[in-house]
Amino acid sequence: MSSPAKLRPATAPVVFTGNFLSDGRVAWLAGDGTWSPRIAEARVFPAEAAARVPQDPRVVGPYAVEVDLAAGLPTPRRFRERLRVTGPSVVAEPALRLALAS
Amino acid sequence: MNAVTPVGAPRHPEHARLYRYDAIDRAFLQERIAEFRGQVQRRIDGALTEDEFKPLRLMNGLYLQLHAYMLRVAIPYGLLSSTQMRQLGMIARRWDRGFGHFTTRQNIQFNWTKLEDVCAMLEALADVDMHAIQTSGNCIRNVTTDEYAGAACDEVVDPRIYAEILRQWSTLHPEFTWLPRKFKIAVTGSPQDRVAAQVHDIGVLAKRDAGGAVGFEVWVGGGLGRTPLLGTKIRDWVPEADFLRFMEAVLRVYNALGQRENIYRARIKILVRDMGAEFAGAVEREFAAIPRDPYALDPAIVAAIAAHFAAPPFAALADEPATYVRARRENAEFAAWTRNALRPHRAPGYASVTISLKPIGGIPGDASADQMEALADLAERYSFGEIRVTHSQNLVLAHVRQEDLFTLWQALGPLGLATPNIGLVSDIIACPGMDYCALATARSIPVAQRISERFARLDRQLEIGELNLNISGCINACGHHHVGHIGILGVDKRGEEVYQITLGGNQGNDASIGELIGPAFSYDAVVDAVETLLRTYVDRRDPGERFVDTYRRLGAVPFREALYAPA
Ligand code: SF4
Repeated sequence: MSSPAKLRPATAPVVFTGNFLSDGRVAWLAGDGTWSPRIAEARVFPAEAAARVPQDPRVVGPYAVEVDLAAGLPTPRRFRERLRVTGPSVVAEPALRLALAS
Repeated sequence: MNAVTPVGAPRHPEHARLYRYDAIDRAFLQERIAEFRGQVQRRIDGALTEDEFKPLRLMNGLYLQLHAYMLRVAIPYGLLSSTQMRQLGMIARRWDRGFGHFTTRQNIQFNWTKLEDVCAMLEALADVDMHAIQTSGNCIRNVTTDEYAGAACDEVVDPRIYAEILRQWSTLHPEFTWLPRKFKIAVTGSPQDRVAAQVHDIGVLAKRDAGGAVGFEVWVGGGLGRTPLLGTKIRDWVPEADFLRFMEAVLRVYNALGQRENIYRARIKILVRDMGAEFAGAVEREFAAIPRDPYALDPAIVAAIAAHFAAPPFAALADEPATYVRARRENAEFAAWTRNALRPHRAPGYASVTISLKPIGGIPGDASADQMEALADLAERYSFGEIRVTHSQNLVLAHVRQEDLFTLWQALGPLGLATPNIGLVSDIIACPGMDYCALATARSIPVAQRISERFARLDRQLEIGELNLNISGCINACGHHHVGHIGILGVDKRGEEVYQITLGGNQGNDASIGELIGPAFSYDAVVDAVETLLRTYVDRRDPGERFVDTYRRLGAVPFREALYAPA
């Protein structure tokens, strides 16, 4: 389970997220009720829906994430969740190349 | 019991000194994997809920992180044969993204594990006598020790023997599988503490009495995390025969009296702090109550385990061979590397080589599959096929002939493994932080990368001199920030990352916990803050002083004034 430690009532629209059971990759609840690896496909719920976390046996530890909407696309408010969207901010290979260059 | 196919022994290099499994050890691992495979399958089938499965996967080293599962593999006291290192490289390539991350617990983590692959990974580990048991959970974790064991000039007792005895004693110990919290033990056999003994749940210093008998000084209740505390010495001398009886007594007192209700008060350090001197009294009473004979460490067993760590066949060589001296004279880069990467060896003509996993701008502790495989080859050629992982996330070839150092260095360069920064400002300890870790409150790795880029020039690093700069991505302190001369702790402030700085921490014999210097810095400002601190230190230091010495002499005020002076 990877939900953030501190939870307080949502005050902004939310999307639901968790990790796929099979490979642990980040999952977002999509409009058709399936779970997608892409937040762009996530269904946005009003803040009041945050407490009603949908369960799915293929997704581990689902929880609600507050988002801002820009051009209809959700962007998590918290940095942690933005990182879960983009993946790690560091890439190992360029570092290795750096080492060779230095 | 599950039916398992017996597996053969891996081919470790003949002279690599590590504990070699027997058929019983191997059969046990196979049974364990078969058991876990059943649990994984039941989870995938939906027969186990996540709440039921989580403790089972954690017992097998499988965490769920931000972007994927992470498999943490035990490297007992940081010791690997080249065969094992090569296999780790294969695992990284086949089931991860071509990388592994060496940790401050001398383990390795694979950050992109899939649940459906994990048993195949465990099989591959078992093929080389490795596993992921007790790398998580409230049990006794991987025992750590001195990366220069068996090579260090100042060593009086080989700590690997007792680390291995503790490993065997603690593995699946029925009484200590559900402790109040996780439990970390470090063992050193040198008067110079290189294992940070005072910040472990138990720190053991093996030593000898005037007659040469082995005994142990025992420190208990050190730890970092939310409540950083230095350990307390509770016994100056535990005779070898009583070693396990005494450890058993410490663990029993903790198991019985440690808090289980509040996770933040559950580590033994809180119990030791709260009980004061009475803790040692309780241990002594428990110790006296445990029957001596069943727990007595049999000298024959000690000798049998010691045989696994016998000195490899060192050649009769002289120090400072002419080829080595000439190479140093003629190649300034090589000479610079030797200044920090080498440690004197007890065998004349040899040296221990620390290989930096901290390239400028790189991820501290990361090694690629290519690097792991190449290192395995180099270890076979130059160091009896043995590699050690250090708690500062570097690697060590412990027994290299001085006459081979130049060729080794030439081979390391193209692999990106010859960065001459051991012990300097860019040799940063950093935990995975929020780039991977589900518990993180901020990133660690990119802060380390930016600091090492800022101080990339070797002349600048050498001018600053010896420095421990440690970074953690949350209060759990896996990056040991409290014992960094400069410690950086990433915290969450209203959903964004900020960084607190602690100064004056140190590990070793004169260990100290760093002090918070003032308000936190933004992600953008923290590198400038480090530069300000180092400039202040360079301006104010007395000759020969390390950062921490200057800090201890001057106190926080000049550093605080420099950091928070109005622009
Ligand atoms: S210190 Fe925190 S962020 Fe870093 S690895 Fe440990 S738990 Fe994760």
